[in-house]
Amino acid sequence: MGDIQIRKTPKKYDAVIVGSGAGGGMAAYVLANAGLKVCLIEAGPMFDPKTDSNQLKNPWESPRRGAGTKFRPFGDFDGCYWGWEIDGEPYTHKNNTEWEWWRARMLGGRTNHWGRISLRFGPKDFKRKSIDGLGDDWPIGYEDIKPYYDRIDKLLGVFGTNEGLPNDPDGFFIPPPKPRLHELFIKRAGASIGIPVIPARLSILTKQINKDRGGCFFCAQCGRSCKVYADFSSSSCLVIPALKTGNVDLVTNAMAREVLTDKEGLATGVSYVNKQDLQEYQVSGRTIILAASACESARLLLNSKSARHPNGLANSSNVVGKYLHDSTGADMGGIIPELFDRKRYNEDGVGGMHVYTPWWLDNKKLDFPRGYHIEYGGGFGQPLYGFNWGIENLNGTYKIKGKQKEAGGYGASLKEDYRYFFGAHVGMAGRGEAIAREDSYCEIDPSVIDKYGIPVLRFNTSYTEYEFKQAKHMKETFSEILHAMGAVITWGGDDGPQNNYGLHAPGNIIHEAGTVRMGNDPRRSPLNKFSQAHECRNLFCVDGGPFVSQADKNITWTILALSMRTSDYIVDEMKKRNI
Amino acid sequence: MDRRKSIKTLLIGGISTSVLAEACTSAEKKPVTNPEEAKDMTGTTLNRMPEEKKYEKQLQAETFFTPEEMATITILGDIIIPRDEVSGSASDAKVPDFIEFIVKDMPEHQTPMRGGLRWLDVQCLNRYEKPFKECTHKQQMEMVDLIAWPNKAKPEMTQGVAFFTLIRNLVGTGFYTSEMGVKDIGYIGNVPNQWNGVPDDVLKQYHMAYTEKELKECISFS
Repeated sequence: MGDIQIRKTPKKYDAVIVGSGAGGGMAAYVLANAGLKVCLIEAGPMFDPKTDSNQLKNPWESPRRGAGTKFRPFGDFDGCYWGWEIDGEPYTHKNNTEWEWWRARMLGGRTNHWGRISLRFGPKDFKRKSIDGLGDDWPIGYEDIKPYYDRIDKLLGVFGTNEGLPNDPDGFFIPPPKPRLHELFIKRAGASIGIPVIPARLSILTKQINKDRGGCFFCAQCGRSCKVYADFSSSSCLVIPALKTGNVDLVTNAMAREVLTDKEGLATGVSYVNKQDLQEYQVSGRTIILAASACESARLLLNSKSARHPNGLANSSNVVGKYLHDSTGADMGGIIPELFDRKRYNEDGVGGMHVYTPWWLDNKKLDFPRGYHIEYGGGFGQPLYGFNWGIENLNGTYKIKGKQKEAGGYGASLKEDYRYFFGAHVGMAGRGEAIAREDSYCEIDPSVIDKYGIPVLRFNTSYTEYEFKQAKHMKETFSEILHAMGAVITWGGDDGPQNNYGLHAPGNIIHEAGTVRMGNDPRRSPLNKFSQAHECRNLFCVDGGPFVSQADKNITWTILALSMRTSDYIVDEMKKRNI
Repeated sequence: MDRRKSIKTLLIGGISTSVLAEACTSAEKKPVTNPEEAKDMTGTTLNRMPEEKKYEKQLQAETFFTPEEMATITILGDIIIPRDEVSGSASDAKVPDFIEFIVKDMPEHQTPMRGGLRWLDVQCLNRYEKPFKECTHKQQMEMVDLIAWPNKAKPEMTQGVAFFTLIRNLVGTGFYTSEMGVKDIGYIGNVPNQWNGVPDDVLKQYHMAYTEKELKECISFS
């Protein structure tokens, strides 16, 4: 490496956006289409699903048969670069706490492989403190965000059905796919025990919505990203269309170091290290929009210290990094004897569940304050590494073609067993709302830096009895559903108080939120209700950071809606010359 | 399927997929830009980051099992998955090559596999005065029968049972993720198609039917 230089880009942009995932992609799309000049900085390389997806590859095309690596923890065909660990970019913990941090490094971020579960928050989700006294209310309500949900439903496409549920609002849906066989079993079981099972709401195009994107061809591989753009990824649906306006300069492999400010404390630009030439760069803009992920955006703010902002940028409240929370998660799976020796047919369907269970109970009658929804899986999946593992636990337990066999074994008889059990598995996962707490947070580690010399995050996050009791309830529900569908539990049935009922470590569900929350009181929140920094009017945050709480809904659709709302506000304020 | 759940399915048996060789810590400075070159190095046409290419190249350059170990793995593989009227054997599907690769990719399998193969040879030397691969077929099957049935194996055979369970699982997963195995198991997806719901005869078999609401609201293709 030669001498380090700082290179300043002469061009002054209307906006510099850090991060190209859901929030950053939406901001780039809205601002570029409004005619503003945008510089979009992404820490990873270019990625276009059209050319770079591993869709329709067969298991034998991977030498590890689709198993995960640290580069692709969700499997060799997965559409996300990196995950729980990145070479040369550590993060740390304190007080023996756990936080599992997923970091994508690529155009479009983690939206290239997400579950496409696209749920609106409901009216109650913005006012939880008023309901149960915990956490805080949002400074906005459902009526503020509804027009933006409506617009993104139409712009990006989501299938589902209008059910008239009070806290799971209706939307503009395209038709959902019919349930698969195991999903019909789940539905029937749910009906028998009073648990609703309704069409899923996923941003996958069961029919075409415009000429730029194809319709779904039902390969079940949305996790690999879609070559015909039939599901929502920020890369395919927002950033690539934004680039076509000619108003966006995209800088890939650019790791943001800090937000630069002037003597008045206003943001002037962003400094970053180019990961390929390892030189330092600065790019300037009238507004700076952070969308690097809730934790990375908090890290950037905390690392952006100046005379006017000695505690980090927009952080005189000392709240940046606090209230970090994830969805809760617990799972269980089983096998349905009635489905042994099934007739074969192609049941791939879309890349996700066709039905799900929204939260259906009243927490006032329960011993935990917030709800959860249930996601389902099962059926004939593409065989990948791990397929058929543990046959010795099945083939001595159930009669095979009427014959009781000895567990384990080998030979032609074993081959018969493998065929017999294919497609009979079912699984379910609860995804619930955790309470956002001030004492669950990330901060700058005082002594550890990454390979670019940027101070790293140190995590201190935990769960309380609220989340443990919710996980216990999930487990009881899963067991009841599996029982009602005639299934036998094969995994996840042994969890109990000894392991907090199988509750996953915070971060594991990959819904990080709350670190740069919005609020009307500058002493208790870094951002105002437009996700604009109270102390720095040309600085915004549009990822999961602004969330006051994250409901029992996956957060992407709300990140998109909030980012669109903030972007509209920026355009408007610029017209008014307020920023 | 929920993406985490599909991983969970992959992890049945407690296999960690995240343990990798230590040597791949620094980012590659010179990214490979020629796709043909990438293909030659790693034998794959998959989308790969430069860091992944470097790691795969390194794995391909290593050899873990000795020729003797590979011979034993091949014999055991074909005992576990022999040719039958539906499909070929483990060696027909090149399962031994998969096992050689996967133990390099997942080092946690290395000691159980190497140690298990040695355990097996020592058992055979004591019983038949020959390593496993040189025993007669009858002797090999006698030995395998001592370790292939977890619930009725003798207590002194538990280490052998653990080894055989591991190799059964590696062979089973390797075979049924090969082209031949996928055909055998009857997975017929991974092709562009239109999902029109569960076929009528299958619905009837399980006494299921779509509701009027579903038929009205869901996407249908004619």
